[in-house]
Amino acid sequence: MTSSMLLGITTIAYLVASGLYIALLVFRVKKLGTLATGLTAVTFLVQTAAIILRWMESYRMGYGHPPLSNMYESLVFFSWATVIFYFGLELKFKNRILGAFAIPFAFVSMALASMFHPDAIQPLVPALQSNWLFAHVMTCFVGYAAFAVASGLGVMYLVKLKFQGKEGLLASLPELRVIDDIIHKTIVFGFLWLSAGIITGAIWANSAWGTYWSWDPKETWSLITWFVYAAALHARFTRGWGGKRIAWLAIIGFVAVVFTYYGVNFLLSGLHSYGSG
Amino acid sequence: MKSGNGKIMSGKNKNDLWAFFSSVKLALFTFFALALASIIGTIIPQGGEFLHFVESRHLSSGTIKVMQALSLPDMYHSWWFVGFLSLFAINLIVCTIDRFPNLLRLVRMDNIALGVDRIVKMPQRRQWFTAAGVEDAESFFAAKLAGFGWKVRHGAHDGHTLLFAQKGPWTRLGVIGVHTSILLIFVGAIIGSSLGFKASLMLPEGTTAAQVYSSGNDNATIPLKFQLRCDWFELDRYDNGTPKDYRSELTVLEDGHEVLKKAIEVNDPLVYRGITFYQSSYQPIKGSYAVEISDKARNLSHRFFIRPGKEIKWPEAGVGFGIVEQRPLYPNSIRHKIWFNDPAGDPVEFWVANGSRVPVVRGGNKYEIVIKQMYATGLQVAHDPGVWFVYAGCIIMLLGLYVAFFMSHRRVWVVLTPTDDGRLKVNFNGSTNKNRVGFDNHFNHMAEELGADESINLTRE
Repeated sequence: MTSSMLLGITTIAYLVASGLYIALLVFRVKKLGTLATGLTAVTFLVQTAAIILRWMESYRMGYGHPPLSNMYESLVFFSWATVIFYFGLELKFKNRILGAFAIPFAFVSMALASMFHPDAIQPLVPALQSNWLFAHVMTCFVGYAAFAVASGLGVMYLVKLKFQGKEGLLASLPELRVIDDIIHKTIVFGFLWLSAGIITGAIWANSAWGTYWSWDPKETWSLITWFVYAAALHARFTRGWGGKRIAWLAIIGFVAVVFTYYGVNFLLSGLHSYGSG
Repeated sequence: MKSGNGKIMSGKNKNDLWAFFSSVKLALFTFFALALASIIGTIIPQGGEFLHFVESRHLSSGTIKVMQALSLPDMYHSWWFVGFLSLFAINLIVCTIDRFPNLLRLVRMDNIALGVDRIVKMPQRRQWFTAAGVEDAESFFAAKLAGFGWKVRHGAHDGHTLLFAQKGPWTRLGVIGVHTSILLIFVGAIIGSSLGFKASLMLPEGTTAAQVYSSGNDNATIPLKFQLRCDWFELDRYDNGTPKDYRSELTVLEDGHEVLKKAIEVNDPLVYRGITFYQSSYQPIKGSYAVEISDKARNLSHRFFIRPGKEIKWPEAGVGFGIVEQRPLYPNSIRHKIWFNDPAGDPVEFWVANGSRVPVVRGGNKYEIVIKQMYATGLQVAHDPGVWFVYAGCIIMLLGLYVAFFMSHRRVWVVLTPTDDGRLKVNFNGSTNKNRVGFDNHFNHMAEELGADESINLTRE
């Protein structure tokens, strides 16, 4: 069994789990929810095993580094982080329907990784050989995962709002007030981790190149993302923004995240170029 | 009359200006403006890449002039971008000064003198009656609240007996911490750019430098108060040819004396007198080679930087040597044919692969030779006295965010009021500024336990 095989299984299983969560949303059969959560939990364990295995494989190849060093590995980790964050939400809010708006992110991320990015384990270039690699990527991706789920919940909010009154299909969704609260808390959580991600990146850059901020496109886009969420939080805390507007900001914020994480590597050049492999 | 009116007017103007600079609207505007402007800077390549960009897009000279007038090639340092950053900073300062007194008032407020009318209207509330006396009830609630982890203060107000306890009043200042941390980072950045420098240096192996070259537009030379020598540079590659490690052995000299030696790598710089030298790149010096020979018997070692076809003498060991021929070595290396001579016998010739260490046995003595491409090591040089402000700002920001988002100021009161029928009315109240749900649960749990305790027999009626 190699990590690549396990990750292949993970991709397909997250697809099935996404289908089950969406089926739960549509048909409201409780058993579907149990099945969806069960499958996601097992898949998550398989994925965890695959990540550990890949880490060990890199040692066997003589490179020895955590599997967070290129686009393929980071997409796998993003998927993993999204699932663990979603499980936290499911436990806290005791609602499985949230999965229909979260687990698809885990699947899409795995699918992108396997379709567009080479899965070969590569040695680390000298710039990446640092303990900050782990801290920086970890913090960023916990934040990204939270923002992904927040945007999914934003979509959920807008869908529920649109069909309010003629419920039926969407009756099982949590109340608007509850969704709004979860979106806000998720953004707060993500914002703390994004801040930590930017800071660890700055400290690392300073210890590698002697400059903590150089307006490189990746840095700049992470700052743009930070501004979007900072604006959302200020609008809520001081102007009482909620509901539709926060739902939209959660979606816009995640577009900025996707661009920071994915778009910048392909459309703009800069220091982070090693992340595009 | 007139002057009084004028005074009011100027006071109002001042307040308007103050209100403008302390407003969240301005904060939202600067977030938006900075985000939008930053996008421009990521689309239009900055600095040296700008010329390349305008050439490849065949932009007209008029367009280029407009872009240059707006400082787009160096947008993040342009007057207008720095203007937005300054606006952001002013907004933060004014907003912090504006809100600080109010927050401090909330932190230091005397919650016992708050007024019973307001206390009993707090969001979390319970009301009981008891036949117990005031002192018994007071000590009962004091003991119970202490058991729940609250530090209780006693007081009296308007004929009521009060108990009050609070947790985390200071957490209200978390937001101030976050805002101050951003200002601290700005201060660090300003100190760094005005008192520090960024520079670079290409230092060939075996050479010494006493100055570095500014990375700014002027490329000015910056003299060092010491000398830096590169003794050796080593490049390690993975099997697929990509660089694995590059390493420079550096020596710091003061007035010709060696004071510090360190081998630096990417991510592991050398710091001396507040100046940091980072390994950043390297450059082969064509046609030159670095040779290290050790004389095992006499425990001598020496490094030479040579060109092929010339005899090199090492008088200390009585050795002469040179490169007489070179050939490619599959897949991407070369090998050297070395001519070697010492007093032990006739000269010999042998092949050595680039970078590998080979023994040479001569009579009773043994030498070791390694020969490799000669390099210049590329160093980034930085002096940044502001970086500690930036780091302090970063730490305060994370702590502040945690406090501001995840910690709350929770307050509970017990108000004891004698009633007309000789009993005591008990009001148990609580409030929190954040995490209402969590506090609700805690409060309900406490209220249930208090109500169930039979020592002073609390009843609803």
